Amino acid sequence: MKRMNPASDAHAAYLKSLRRDARRIRLAQIGVLLFLLLIWELGADLRWFDPFILSSPSRVIATIARLYADGSLWVHIGTTLFETVLGFLLGTVLGALAAVLLWWLPKLNRILDPYLVVLNALPKIALGPVLIVWIGAGTASIVVMGVLVSLVVTTVTVLNGFLTATDEKQLLMRTLGATKLQIFTKVVLPAGVPDLISALKISVGMSWVGVIVGEYLVSKAGLGYLIVYGGQVFKLDLVMASVAILCVLAALMYYAVAFLEARVRQ
Amino acid sequence: MQSELLTLSGVSLAYQTVAGETAAIQDLNLAVHDGEFLAVVGPSGCGKTSVLSLIMGLIPQSAGTITRHKPDLRMGYMLQRDCLLDHRSVEKNVLLGLEVQHRLNPQSYERAMRLLDTYGLSEFRSHKPHQLSGGMRQKVALIRTLALEPDLLLLDEPFSALDYQTRLNLSDEVYRIIRKEHKSAILVTHDISEAVSMADRVAVFSARPAALKAEIAVDYPAALTPLERRRDASFREYFDRIWKELQS
Repeated sequence: MKRMNPASDAHAAYLKSLRRDARRIRLAQIGVLLFLLLIWELGADLRWFDPFILSSPSRVIATIARLYADGSLWVHIGTTLFETVLGFLLGTVLGALAAVLLWWLPKLNRILDPYLVVLNALPKIALGPVLIVWIGAGTASIVVMGVLVSLVVTTVTVLNGFLTATDEKQLLMRTLGATKLQIFTKVVLPAGVPDLISALKISVGMSWVGVIVGEYLVSKAGLGYLIVYGGQVFKLDLVMASVAILCVLAALMYYAVAFLEARVRQ
Repeated sequence: MQSELLTLSGVSLAYQTVAGETAAIQDLNLAVHDGEFLAVVGPSGCGKTSVLSLIMGLIPQSAGTITRHKPDLRMGYMLQRDCLLDHRSVEKNVLLGLEVQHRLNPQSYERAMRLLDTYGLSEFRSHKPHQLSGGMRQKVALIRTLALEPDLLLLDEPFSALDYQTRLNLSDEVYRIIRKEHKSAILVTHDISEAVSMADRVAVFSARPAALKAEIAVDYPAALTPLERRRDASFREYFDRIWKELQS
């Protein structure tokens, strides 16, 4: 929270109570995490459940340490991260470009509207096997999956953002003698920026879904691969360790986008 | 009377809708003179705004001719709402038209900033529109229009979205600005008192399809501002005459 100069003692007290509340909530959030980890660890040690099935925090850490020691940790993280970032960027850029095209050509938008609705509703993951046949069992299929999952939702969201630019403002631009390109760059695109950013936030999560599912289907490395492999050979430590790493990576990427958003909104 | 700036002769406009064809304007003859402040009043929905769109060239007329008597006649349009772009500062909003027309240079920039300064907005140059009051926003919109140095201003009910007090004050101010910058103007309004307090001449339109019903020259004994005109004895007279024309 931004610190301000208090206007009076009462105001100072109010600001202090706000800061105290924020601190308490943060403490409670950390407390919940520690509590869950503690129960998990304790439950495994005291055999409330079988750690072979549910693993435990200490076993997860040991697994990550082993992966780190044999050098494969960075390979798996790197593979998945590369595929996700690439899928996210391609999906966002292509999705936004498609939105621009559909705004520019309203007739095309009307023609393609039902297709867009169906594509948006379709679980893109269902196309996985098709992609493998078409593109081959490899990284390309996984990236395309990441792109597909984020592409349509980006197009729909960004296009809706463009359409929030009021007719009146576009009329104003016409009275000033603006070309269609000027109307787009000066009125429509800025009006679409907030939705563009929410599209980024949505598609950052979507890309993870696409890539992990892609890795389930075809891969020789990556966190999705580790999860599937761990499940097949009943190494639940490996599964849990991979999920934990995924949690951290996905959160980091989300906060990176949120940081970007804060910068843009300034 | 000064020379004619713009003439509409036999202008008609028909709209096509699914329900059928709507005649919006029927055989309209109207002229604006150089330096004149012309007000157009008429019942709402009578096609007053369409006249401005036709003059501005935003839509083509169905019949008749619109003649500009100055080959390079520049026109500026002011809408009911200010339409300021939220992501741009006041200064950037004022420069929008110059930017769009590729006429932004040190001289035009200087002139636009002088306008902001003259009309008391220079301290808000770097403010965003949402930080301004409704009246100030509409003033920024006017300066955005004036920055293009139009000969003829087309004002489409520019005060109707404002509260009553702001409206009186702003119409007073806009009147003075237009006089000071020696512009001609066409003000479209449904508010008779606004027309009578600002214009040199009032054109009364009939209900749709709009046609010219009467032209009333408004002549006050002295050069008065709109607020002073409202207090003048002849104000009520003009008001009643226009009221009767609209009713008949």
